[in-house]
Amino acid sequence: MTPRRTSASATRRLAPAAAGVSRLRRLLGPLGSHLVLIFFAFTALAPLALVAINTLKTHREVVRSPLAVPGEPHWDNFELAWRYGQFSRGFVNSALLSGTAVVTVLVCATLAGYVLARRRVRHWRAVTIYFMLAMTVPIQLFLFPLYYFFARVLGLLGSLYGVGVVLAALNMPLAVFLMRAFFLAVPEQLEEAARIDGANTVRVLWSVLIPPVRPGLITVAVIVGLQAWNEFLITRTFLGQESITATLGLLSMNGTFTDNMSVMMAGTLLMIVPPLLFFVLVQRYFIEGLISGALKG
Amino acid sequence: MRRWSFQYYLLLAPAVLLSVAVVLAPGLMTAYVAFTDWNGVSLSMNWIGTVNFEKIFADRVFWQALGNNIRWTLLFLTVPVGIGLLTAMLLLKRGRTRTVYQMIYLGPYVLAPVTNAILWLNIILNPVSGLLRHVRHLFPRDSPLAPLRSPLGSPDTALYFVAMVDIWHYWGFLTVIYLAALRQTPQELVEAATVEGAGVLQLFRFIYLPTILPTVLLMFVIITIFSFLTFEYVYIMTGGGPAHGSEMLSTYAYTLAFNALQYGKAAATGLVMSFFGLAASMFYVWMSRREVSA
Repeated sequence: MTPRRTSASATRRLAPAAAGVSRLRRLLGPLGSHLVLIFFAFTALAPLALVAINTLKTHREVVRSPLAVPGEPHWDNFELAWRYGQFSRGFVNSALLSGTAVVTVLVCATLAGYVLARRRVRHWRAVTIYFMLAMTVPIQLFLFPLYYFFARVLGLLGSLYGVGVVLAALNMPLAVFLMRAFFLAVPEQLEEAARIDGANTVRVLWSVLIPPVRPGLITVAVIVGLQAWNEFLITRTFLGQESITATLGLLSMNGTFTDNMSVMMAGTLLMIVPPLLFFVLVQRYFIEGLISGALKG
Repeated sequence: MRRWSFQYYLLLAPAVLLSVAVVLAPGLMTAYVAFTDWNGVSLSMNWIGTVNFEKIFADRVFWQALGNNIRWTLLFLTVPVGIGLLTAMLLLKRGRTRTVYQMIYLGPYVLAPVTNAILWLNIILNPVSGLLRHVRHLFPRDSPLAPLRSPLGSPDTALYFVAMVDIWHYWGFLTVIYLAALRQTPQELVEAATVEGAGVLQLFRFIYLPTILPTVLLMFVIITIFSFLTFEYVYIMTGGGPAHGSEMLSTYAYTLAFNALQYGKAAATGLVMSFFGLAASMFYVWMSRREVSA
């Protein structure tokens, strides 16, 4: 039963005279809150809409009024943005980078999450606290020696796979806590039954425990994938020009297209649409991941 | 159970080793480098004690950055928290529309900071093509928004406009978290209070707030930690300028390391930043200790 309905029926029972006031409030309450909610929805979306309506204009039209609807559509703005933002390379590289990070995190965090959830090792408490602290260490604390090691010792500067693994390591604590929470929700009897039948640990994990935690795997993949796709500091520092990502491609356009703002907006829209579409498709897993990461992690 | 233990350490190893190699080992190295004169390139590294710390503490820019980080923290502890709580409370009573609102609010949150920063830089704050220029006649003549320049161009306003963009991108996350916490409030309590005639504010103060207090506090801790680490929006939108007006400890350290090749001073700044993060993390671990031992 929703609280609103309860309050109305309770009021009617207690004081018939107040029923009129209550009916008014019942009508105005939702309206008022919708107005406030819509106002905030507008502030969230308006800047994105502003980008969209300026993509098909000429630069002169943008300068005259960024709010006006475009006259004749200039589709070639997208063509120019695609070329100068190097998006055909950028999107492939971003996908490789995020893919590497996601696969690495899924393998490592599943194994670790299982061990921590079942407390299979004596030092589970120390490991848990280590991951909690690792989650909040500033990148600046390890960036400089890591860069030195990564670039000079391993010679991995510009390597998408190398940077993907680094991003996996940064997201590891959150992923481990998420997987731990999902494993905790699986009844232990399921595992015991398989063990009695003689299955070893790898088999138990693979064929008994993975199926029930599949939503967890998707959640982790979605969160880490978006995180890696959007990452800036590590990508910018560790990847050179030869392995430009979509993000770095857009950044390289910034400042050189001040005289052609509509092309700049077309490039920006190219960066807005894919993550938004992805988010709409997987929003259930994404929101679940945010919530359990913050409340249960 | 004991004889399986080694096998389980093996399962734990990839995650732990990866984190140790990328985060812990370089982190410890930074702690060492902070006391040396290493420039990040040469092989010579001499122990010089606390000289790097004395140098950054004597630098006016360091204190300006620290002040800006504190200002940033205060902004983030109030504005997005307020919007998040308000919208979450209003969403609590919505039915089917709740999901739609949540998705809209998270829109900016799922976009790359680079995308968001470039969007605001070009189509809103830009002094030639931006929306602000187009509507500048709405502001009084002496306001920083009135003349033909970007509010990011003034040392007095740059920080607040960068923070505004970051807050625009961030608050939807808090709405989702607070809403999830609010929904865990026992329904009997809400009904009982409503029968007793509690108004909306009283309901929030006496029924909802006590339930979500742990979440609100946890978010305070997380916001504090990440406010001392904030980097992307500042670096992309102003680079810490103008005249260090929006300088943060993170941009200060980054510039020292990669532009000035003063790794020792950068490492010392990194250590100071970690100190704030660590203090907040300790608090965080202490708060979640129930979870760990549960």
